[in-house]
Amino acid sequence: MPKFRYMFTFPHPQTKEPVIYNLGHKFRIITNIRRAEVTEDHGWAILELEGSDDDIEAGIEYLRGIGVQVNPMEGDVVTG
Amino acid sequence: MPFASALRCRECGRQFPLDPIHFCEFCFGPLEVAYDYEGMAKAITRESIQRGPNSLWRYKEFLPVMGEDVVDMNQGFTPLTKARRLGELLGLDNLYIKNDCVNPTYSFKDRVVAVAATRARELGFDTLACASTGNLAGATAAAAARAGMRANIFIPADLEQGKILGAAIYGPNIYAIEGSYDQVNRLCSELADKYRWAFVNVNVRPYYAEGSKTMGYEVVEQLGWRTPDWAIAPLASGSMFTKIYKGFKEMRQVGLIDDVQTRMIAAQALGCSPIVTAFDEGTLNVRPVKADTIAKSLAIGNPADGYYALKVIEESRGTGIAVNDQEIIQGMKMLAETEGIFAETAGGVTIASLARLAHSGAFAKGDVVVAYITGNGLKTQEAVFDEVSRPTIIQPTLESFETAYAQRLAAVAG
Repeated sequence: MPKFRYMFTFPHPQTKEPVIYNLGHKFRIITNIRRAEVTEDHGWAILELEGSDDDIEAGIEYLRGIGVQVNPMEGDVVTG
Repeated sequence: MPFASALRCRECGRQFPLDPIHFCEFCFGPLEVAYDYEGMAKAITRESIQRGPNSLWRYKEFLPVMGEDVVDMNQGFTPLTKARRLGELLGLDNLYIKNDCVNPTYSFKDRVVAVAATRARELGFDTLACASTGNLAGATAAAAARAGMRANIFIPADLEQGKILGAAIYGPNIYAIEGSYDQVNRLCSELADKYRWAFVNVNVRPYYAEGSKTMGYEVVEQLGWRTPDWAIAPLASGSMFTKIYKGFKEMRQVGLIDDVQTRMIAAQALGCSPIVTAFDEGTLNVRPVKADTIAKSLAIGNPADGYYALKVIEESRGTGIAVNDQEIIQGMKMLAETEGIFAETAGGVTIASLARLAHSGAFAKGDVVVAYITGNGLKTQEAVFDEVSRPTIIQPTLESFETAYAQRLAAVAG
């Protein structure tokens, strides 16, 4: 199954929702956190996600639906 | 003699061989080229640089290329012009314009692609690739043509024909991707993982990025072996900004100059200013944004080097400025009308930000200030199409001319 590298930026670091657990539970995505920082005023995590294209797509949609920003780890590849 | 010694993770410090890889497989931090600076200091002198070609390849020893067979199109070593008239307008006695409009494909991207293409060929690649909406596409396609390599260029499907032409003329394969900006980004990351191509700003990005250091070296040499008091540059991913400063610091590290006193100014378009926003908020955490600006070459909402650019501002005691679209246009006009340099919208961002800071009294009159102009205005004509004066239509008679001329003089006087 393909692997993707993403950065999640959390809107509220104290969110009660088990976001990363849900990705595995609801969408059959294997998550592997490589780096993260959560403080009182911000939170982000860089992860590797492994799953089918459809599951990844659905998982990202779920994340965006609860206000988590999801961006490629490398930043924008399309450049001027 | 090459002095690049390894790729090093900017986060955890692990070292890797000089391969086509761009992130640390442990912590996913970005990789950067490490050098043997002691060896460099022994081998490089001001004189040895000055004996080199009039291109960025005079600094080859500072770059991650191993052999002599470089992809040479006379990239770089662009003019550093003293901007007397613009300086007078802004109250600056020592304002200089670093004019990268005059590169082979008319933008600074020729520098980064020169290094990426050379290293890619050394690593055995026969194909260059990139995803771009303009400058990078042209630079990659041209360098591939020069190097005898294939080029695969990916563009968003809604890109205007005029923007494609600047790359298409060099004969690459161009693929227009139908999909959202996010989908285009994701596909390009997947392609870079799957195919044995040198994707210039993905799998060979550590080498590509180093090309921007030459914008720092050149300014030091052209100022008579000193750094400026201030340097202002436009930011998209933030990579160029960090590498200019790295260039200054490396010159000190190898003993070519005594000190780096430059304060770095980050200029962004207000419609895409995630780095300056983070600076204003006093955080090093860059929150991605959706870009909406006429400065298309700076429209990177999720900047890969945003954090490192903020560190440079912090370390150099610099600052960040964001200007709106109208200010950008005024900046372009101001530079053209005072110095005869037609810059693309990114240049308008630089000049408008410089003007804002100058008017706020940020500079002392005698400060040496360098403004980086990174691309040619002919690439973004649509931004100023309605902003420049129209020709006065006259009949082929002296009388008709003189009537029109008198009206023009009266308008100027009035």
